[in-house]
Amino acid sequence: MVTTFLFNYKILDRWAQPIYFACIALLLAVLFIGKYVGGSRRWLILGPVSLQPSELVKIAVIIALARYYSRDAKTSGYTLRELVRPLMIIMLPVVLIGMQPDLGTAGLVVLIAGSITVFVKIERRSFIYLIGSGAIMVPSIWFFLKDYQKQRILTFLDPDRDPLGAGYHIIQSKIAIGSGMLGGKGYLKGTQNALSFLPEEHTDFIFSVLAEEWGFLGSVTLILLFLILIIWGLNVAHACREPFGTILAVGVTAMIFWQALINIGMSMGLLPVVGVPLPFVSYGGSSVLTTAISIGLLLNVSMRRFMLD
Amino acid sequence: MVLPRRQTLMDKYLKTADTDWYKQRITGVIVCALAAFVVLFIRLIFLQVIMGDEYRRLSLNNSIRLQSIDPPRGRLYDRKGDVLVDNRPSFDVNITLKDAEPLKPTLEKLASHLATPADTLLSRIKQTRGRSAYSPLLLQQDVGRNTLASIEVNKIDLPGVSVDVNLRRHYLRKRQAAHLVGYLSEISPTELKSGSFPDCRSGDLIGKFGAEKVYENFLRGKRGGRQVEVNANGLVVRILKTVDAEPGHNVYLTIDQNLQQRTEVLLDGVVGAAVAIEPSSGKILALASSPSFDQNSFVGGITREQWDTLISNPFRPMSNRAIQGEYPPGSTYKIITALAGLQEGIINDRSVYHCPGYYRFGNRTYRCWKRGGHGKVDIVKAVEESCDVFFYQVGQGLGVDRLAWYAKAFGLGSPTGVGLDHEANGLIPTAAWKKRRTGVPWQEGETLSIAIGQGFNLTTPIQMAVVAAAVANGGHRYQPQIVDNIKTVDGQLLQQNEPKLIGKLPVSPAHLELVKLGLWKVVNSEKGTARGSRLSDIDISGKTGTSQVISRKDNESMAEEDMPVHLRSHAWFIAYAPSENPAIAVAVVIEHGEHGSGAAAPIAKEMIKTFLRQPPADTQVAGQQEAGSNRDGG
Repeated sequence: MVTTFLFNYKILDRWAQPIYFACIALLLAVLFIGKYVGGSRRWLILGPVSLQPSELVKIAVIIALARYYSRDAKTSGYTLRELVRPLMIIMLPVVLIGMQPDLGTAGLVVLIAGSITVFVKIERRSFIYLIGSGAIMVPSIWFFLKDYQKQRILTFLDPDRDPLGAGYHIIQSKIAIGSGMLGGKGYLKGTQNALSFLPEEHTDFIFSVLAEEWGFLGSVTLILLFLILIIWGLNVAHACREPFGTILAVGVTAMIFWQALINIGMSMGLLPVVGVPLPFVSYGGSSVLTTAISIGLLLNVSMRRFMLD
Repeated sequence: MVLPRRQTLMDKYLKTADTDWYKQRITGVIVCALAAFVVLFIRLIFLQVIMGDEYRRLSLNNSIRLQSIDPPRGRLYDRKGDVLVDNRPSFDVNITLKDAEPLKPTLEKLASHLATPADTLLSRIKQTRGRSAYSPLLLQQDVGRNTLASIEVNKIDLPGVSVDVNLRRHYLRKRQAAHLVGYLSEISPTELKSGSFPDCRSGDLIGKFGAEKVYENFLRGKRGGRQVEVNANGLVVRILKTVDAEPGHNVYLTIDQNLQQRTEVLLDGVVGAAVAIEPSSGKILALASSPSFDQNSFVGGITREQWDTLISNPFRPMSNRAIQGEYPPGSTYKIITALAGLQEGIINDRSVYHCPGYYRFGNRTYRCWKRGGHGKVDIVKAVEESCDVFFYQVGQGLGVDRLAWYAKAFGLGSPTGVGLDHEANGLIPTAAWKKRRTGVPWQEGETLSIAIGQGFNLTTPIQMAVVAAAVANGGHRYQPQIVDNIKTVDGQLLQQNEPKLIGKLPVSPAHLELVKLGLWKVVNSEKGTARGSRLSDIDISGKTGTSQVISRKDNESMAEEDMPVHLRSHAWFIAYAPSENPAIAVAVVIEHGEHGSGAAAPIAKEMIKTFLRQPPADTQVAGQQEAGSNRDGG
């Protein structure tokens, strides 16, 4: 975190491409020599450290997009033709992550990149085209999927279809959260978690554990903290006086926002079960690293907001 | 920064306009983010404040639990549809630790019902530590109806104790086709970690041997389960959701239960193996290895002593001699030497050698099994009377490598691909092989031993059965198969195995007929080596074999009967019947059985009789009718 606010963030404008392609190289490496865990390759083992390149890619994509969009901002919005390059920037890592397969992170990259693109504004007609073609694409892809793939997606969207797997986890998560009631059961007194009723493989259900132990008051506090952080991030973007910094700050904030929303929403049974870590709370080296980098970047942009060229 | 420095004043003005414009859009973004958090907030109120009491109640007992429903494993049938392996209900006593508290009194009461000391029960619980206190632990399986009744009646006194009806693998006839059918046993930690069994968990039974192992993925089925709500005593109050288990598929083997059973009876008390094949398709009709083992003893978890007894048995009951036993083929190999010699022009149907009872080669004397000699011998007589001297000369003419080429074309030296694990290669030596293996060049004299199936040659019973089948059907080598088809429980056909031609014998039909005439005479002429196994109503052709355990020259003076058992020769017989349009080909080997004619041929004869004299099966009508007409003619 410290290293990411010591240098001037504007350097990243120049380094955007090398950073982006370095991350793509890591993604390619993970496909071939990544560690195989539970049916997918997500981890690179580098001596004593294991690295999840898909986490770093999120930052790389934000920087790359900030560079592209800051070059010529358009109040009228971007047309389809101008969106071809950012689309390529987005889709390359998304496809690679999807091949691991890690559909959760791939979707997250799309969400973050989409948020940035909508923020810099898409020209109205192009926007309609994009939405329209998406509306046609999705059913036609569905048509080509194999039966088991359809089942997997349906289960993803509706966990109740899998009462012994995701559906069961959601019920247990809801019980954990609900049983916290107003004041919670107290620190380390949560029974759902202590008795390993919550699936171990999803350290992502961390919110349920917190909500059970600290109750409504604790959960609301946590949610408010996230809200404050997000508003601060957007405020940094607001205060910044040049487009690269603004877009960078918006992108990083969007990343924190989506991860918090998806993780908490999933724990409460509002959203599908995806392996998306909760920033600052979930344990996991690469995710902590990404969170630290993103806060560092926000501080960086914030500190240098008065600096002129 | 390169870029900004080059910017004009105009550009700078535009940039400021941009950032102002961005500022407006950020306000929009904040509104969106707020809206999303309001949704989270409302949901939180709903879960923790409005529904809080209900969820707190559910959490107290951890009342929502998952129960697993095991799938019924697919059955195994024989070719006529008779059940070989089934599942039967077993009453298993389980305990859920959290519900059973206080544990001590509960266990003591339970001990009296189970007639097992409470301490034993406690140690079983300790063994399975590491599982959740909320999932049932298996205490004792297969307790019987009386125990079931007494536990169910006293359920109130036995909190946390439940009796589940589980399906238990049941091998209908002890030891039957044990090596082919195989057995189930508990999955090992290594297998669990291997990733090959994604649906399995510790304690599951999987196929470990034979067809049970090879067809595991078809047989296993898919586990189901239910989400249930339990009360404070752990009793199910409500079933929330159920996912039915998918039963495994039924596997129809190619074996004929009747023949299989008869073969095992015939092999009882001796060490050896027998394989019967349908020559027209390669389907295995029977495959037996003796001694055998009881598969049922593995299902409930084999005890240490039982396992030790099996493993320390010097006759190795767990080894499947039919596919793993490697024996020198003895004189049965002369079929190949004869056909190779004819095909390569070393001999023809008019070639005659003189057999004085020995053959001089170099400075050594190679003996014929018949001390007095066979006199003038042609190819048919050589096969019929198994004249060693004749084949010494054919082998000498061929040389080791040409003979090896033919042996390999007959499928020897490599696994037949029957689809069971650990099939042995056997061994067909070549000059290059010997040099590589021992560093010593091939000696011409060794070719003579090879020509009569002794020396380095090693074959498995199933390989020789395939040779017999290929000779019988006119030269087609079919891959032996143990499974005919696989069906779902609803009878839908999933897989139908068709005969698979893997090679043709490189010999002309005329030569084959010549050797087949010799094989017919082996059983049916006055001087044939297996004339004792003649049947009046079924025309059998075959070849005896005696494979020496030790080189004969060291024991020249000793009669076979005087030798210690472990040095006595192995007895072979390979045969097919009826001689015209054969319906069955067999290979029998009896370890230390001394002579093929005495020990192996009678067993083969009985097998053939059993198979051909039984009423034709419904599914086999067409094939059997053909065989039937031949039977009338013979």
